[in-house]
Amino acid sequence: MTLLQIDKLTLDILGLKILSDVRFEVDRGEVVGVIGESGSGKSMTALSIMQLLPHGTSVTGSIRLDGEELLTKTEKQMCSIRGADVGMVFQEPMTALNPVKTIGDQVAETVMVHRGANRAEALSIARDTLNRVGLPEERFPLSRYPHELSGGQRQRVVIAMAIALRPKLLIADEPTTALDVTTQAQILSLMKKLVDEDGMGLILITHDLAVVADIADRIVIMKSGEVVEAGPAVQIFRAMQHPYSKALMAATSHHPVRKAHRMAPDTVPVLEVKSVVREYALPRRSLFTRPGAFRAVNDVSFKIHKGENVGLVGESGCGKSTLTRAILALEATQGGEIRVGGEPVTTKAGASLAARRKMQVVFQDPYGSFNPRHKVRRLVTEPFHLMGRDAPAGSALDARIAEALENVGLSPRDADKYIHEFSGGQRQRVAIARALITHPSLIVLDEAVSALDVSIRAQILDLLADLSDRLDLSYLFISHDLSVVRAITDRVMVMKAGQIVETGETEAVFSNPQHEYTRQLLAATPDLEAALKRREIVTA
Amino acid sequence: MSVGFLPERKRGLWAAAFQSKSFALGFAVTAIFILAALLSFVWTPYDATALSVAEKLKGPSTVHWFGTDHFGRDIFSMIMVGARTSIAVAFVAVGIGMAAGVPLGLWAAAKQGSLVDEVIMRANDLVFAFPALLIAILITAVFGPSAINAIIAIGIFNIPVFARLARGAALTLWTREYIFAARVAGKGALRISAEHILPNILNLLIVQGTIQFSLGILADAALSYVGLGAQPPTPSWGRMLSDAQTMISLAPHMALFPGAAIVLTVLGLNLMGDGLRDIFDPKLQRSRT
Amino acid sequence: MVPYLLKRLISLLLSLLAASVVIFLVLQVVPGDPASYMLGMNAQPETVEALRQQMGLNEPLVWRYLTWIAGLAHGNFGISYTYKVPIGELIAQRLWVSLPLAIYALLLSTLIALPVGIISAAKRNSASDYGIMGATQLGIAVPNFWFAMLLVLFFSITLRWFSAGGFPGWNAGFFVALKALTLPAIALALPQASILARVMRSSLLDTLSEDYIRTARAKGLTRGQTLVRHAVRNAMIPVLTIIGLQFSFLLAGAIIIENVFYLPGLGRLVFQGITQRDLIVVQSVVMLLVFAVIVITFLVDLAYALVDPRLRSRA
Repeated sequence: MTLLQIDKLTLDILGLKILSDVRFEVDRGEVVGVIGESGSGKSMTALSIMQLLPHGTSVTGSIRLDGEELLTKTEKQMCSIRGADVGMVFQEPMTALNPVKTIGDQVAETVMVHRGANRAEALSIARDTLNRVGLPEERFPLSRYPHELSGGQRQRVVIAMAIALRPKLLIADEPTTALDVTTQAQILSLMKKLVDEDGMGLILITHDLAVVADIADRIVIMKSGEVVEAGPAVQIFRAMQHPYSKALMAATSHHPVRKAHRMAPDTVPVLEVKSVVREYALPRRSLFTRPGAFRAVNDVSFKIHKGENVGLVGESGCGKSTLTRAILALEATQGGEIRVGGEPVTTKAGASLAARRKMQVVFQDPYGSFNPRHKVRRLVTEPFHLMGRDAPAGSALDARIAEALENVGLSPRDADKYIHEFSGGQRQRVAIARALITHPSLIVLDEAVSALDVSIRAQILDLLADLSDRLDLSYLFISHDLSVVRAITDRVMVMKAGQIVETGETEAVFSNPQHEYTRQLLAATPDLEAALKRREIVTA
Repeated sequence: MSVGFLPERKRGLWAAAFQSKSFALGFAVTAIFILAALLSFVWTPYDATALSVAEKLKGPSTVHWFGTDHFGRDIFSMIMVGARTSIAVAFVAVGIGMAAGVPLGLWAAAKQGSLVDEVIMRANDLVFAFPALLIAILITAVFGPSAINAIIAIGIFNIPVFARLARGAALTLWTREYIFAARVAGKGALRISAEHILPNILNLLIVQGTIQFSLGILADAALSYVGLGAQPPTPSWGRMLSDAQTMISLAPHMALFPGAAIVLTVLGLNLMGDGLRDIFDPKLQRSRT
Repeated sequence: MVPYLLKRLISLLLSLLAASVVIFLVLQVVPGDPASYMLGMNAQPETVEALRQQMGLNEPLVWRYLTWIAGLAHGNFGISYTYKVPIGELIAQRLWVSLPLAIYALLLSTLIALPVGIISAAKRNSASDYGIMGATQLGIAVPNFWFAMLLVLFFSITLRWFSAGGFPGWNAGFFVALKALTLPAIALALPQASILARVMRSSLLDTLSEDYIRTARAKGLTRGQTLVRHAVRNAMIPVLTIIGLQFSFLLAGAIIIENVFYLPGLGRLVFQGITQRDLIVVQSVVMLLVFAVIVITFLVDLAYALVDPRLRSRA
């Protein structure tokens, strides 16, 4: 008998159709990857199994666990199933734990609620479970509080709570999306290990095909509340049937076409960063000692030439965001020099307008990047502030707005719309238009495609490649996502602990990494093609 | 308690406002009192200060709708004129709080972590440490009881309220990417505060403004009740209550009507504030659409 | 924990210092001369001068401030201009009325508000939630002194359950004295309880939408268990702030309420001081209350650290 059988599952929230006719199965010891973009209904499917749906939801169909129908169970019966027979892990480890309770108590609670065990007994099971998920006693005593742990460690605690009673089924909803790649790789292999040891079923929900490529036995692809394709993993990946799955697959490994770039020998680089140091004061330990300093950027130097696209990669906390803010002259530096087109970005009087005219920026969040009260016309022309009296006016201004919007594939008529009338991908186009309007030579792209769904991301990458070719733009492309950086840059720099540890031609660095850390990063980065090849060798 | 920033939809805010029952009801009640206060400048049923011993302590009737007090003054007329004082005192006090507090809060947020920020916030904490009513009593006691001093006393305590609110909300906005974009466009802190921050926190300030307005009405009533607000013969709601206290067993109507006026005004303003908060709250907004 | 405490303690002392300077300066700008006021209209200039000398009014401002502060540190508030007795004694007597009243009211307010707020949040959007929210909306709008008058009208004049005012003193017996404070305490507590219940409700609702609540439900906890074990404690953090602030409201509010009930507390003392321009009495009471508020704020900060482990480890 299959462990979990979902059949004809249909779900409405206040009359709005969220899921229709969802069906798939999970076997014991099997990993099922459920893949979809935002709004595909993948999380709602998971919450339906747990019966933890928001108010106003109506569900029909059938969800059977070990042959028992879950949809007809009472709330009380479900309470005894949740945590005992089905465990669940969520996306945000930083907020998934109660901040005022120790990790020991939180894991033990699962045991106490279901087994009626006394506290000592429950704590000893909690201890064993924490050991199993890789949080050994000497470093992680039960008395630790969540705020004393990193994101990856917290996610291990959440996993421990979910598996403490060895449930039959574990549901993990984007469990690694908020984590760095190396941590992601560790959490994924931990879950795979637990599945193998306990023989439980695992539903791994993700937006990223590559994440499940290595460990999923079967995959289910969802779109707009429906299952569009399902089957054994390798088979499905190799022979996608549905046009949506094919498009998703193509978008995941999308490489925009770029013209072969010929470096113009320029004497003045577009961006020159020389021995830059950025320090933050640490909080005082006591009243009488001098506060220490944390060096977020430590003696970093590099150049970007005209038309060149350079990637800056690293995990969270490596200093890439700090460096970005220093380049944009949003923060002061404690040493070194930054020049854009030969102009220092900061002068004695503060940030230099002359330098900033040659440099613009596109941020990550397409929703937070715009003042919601202004029309697109006002939003995209904001950088003209840099030009003071030289800023175009009247019909010249209209022409510049039209030019910028057309360059990013929007219509000049869009200038009179408010930003909320645009989708996430379109907003990112508006953000690029804003960056283009002063005709800069350098655009800093700060995780500019990280918040977008893969299909939208592919389009924006195409747009960026096209703009760089046509307008001879240079990019500094900052990202935690190595595959994206590989797709769009000529050169890449790898940053760790405030320093650039490796730099070189993108293809060379990716195919033949020199530094140990680069190798680790590459090994941890999910790679769809490589994973499939590995698995085909195993099964062959 | 959490109040979000204005949702991105701009159209139909006014129409949406009247969809909220709280807002509509609160607005109606508040409007009645404001209109009564305005009307009192040109018309009241009787002269609110005219004494008439023959008419004293009359209960409510068709002649004197709310009865008369121990000097034979018409209570309805006194409430109309009292509304004028109360509303004026509370309104100006909120104005002082906003005019001083909001710029201070925006300044502190723009210079987060600097000495300016520290000084502004410590000064705010200090004002919060004083029991507001007590200091209002002290101020009016020292400088003499009058409506003006009541306004100043209440106004001072509104400053840190708005400063804190403005700073907190502005700090959240300063981390938004559109503020970074404005900084990259070379705009200074003052310009960004005026152009991007203030318009986006205005809704919070308005909600808080209605709440402080209602607190101002209560504070003014308390001050004039203890004789430290507007001075006789100007009628004020608090003074009417303190007059009523000695007559409570003889003429309870003297206490009931001015008290009810205070309660209704405050209730109206609070309902309006709640309604506005619901309208501005993006969480509720989403569930509605 | 220790750096946190130390930081709070330093901020406590600085606040006290700043508050004392402000209070001292406010009293310095008072028009009129306390010495001539004490001696009356017809006093000889020499006598006034002698009294000024005796009261230290001719010393430099800073010196007078320091003497005042040094006196306060020893519990010596100075001599009342009108009663001609040490203010410390006056205050001590009155404190035995005002402090119990404020504590009584705070207890009432907290004991009513917390359960009401929790029920309201747990049964969000139910009839009882709407009922509670409506009642608290009304409670907030009612001026406490007017509510006090209504209580007197109903319970004292109509039902004759309580006396309309006055205080028999603690010597008359604990429950007799307590009874005399009951109506004033209710009048003080209900508006505050309305505020507190609303804060409790909204704080709990915020907490209930946190991710860790969902985690707890996924572990198999029932709604009730989740509420009790995970939500309430986290929701208490903002509620504690309000309880702390309310104590200062209650102390100040007591001043007005004492007037309604003719209670011989600090409030009566302050108003007598004001009408008789015995401003040193006013100054002392204000300083004492501000001191109380600042100390309570400090205690609330300590309570935070007990509730929230994140504060304990932060410097």
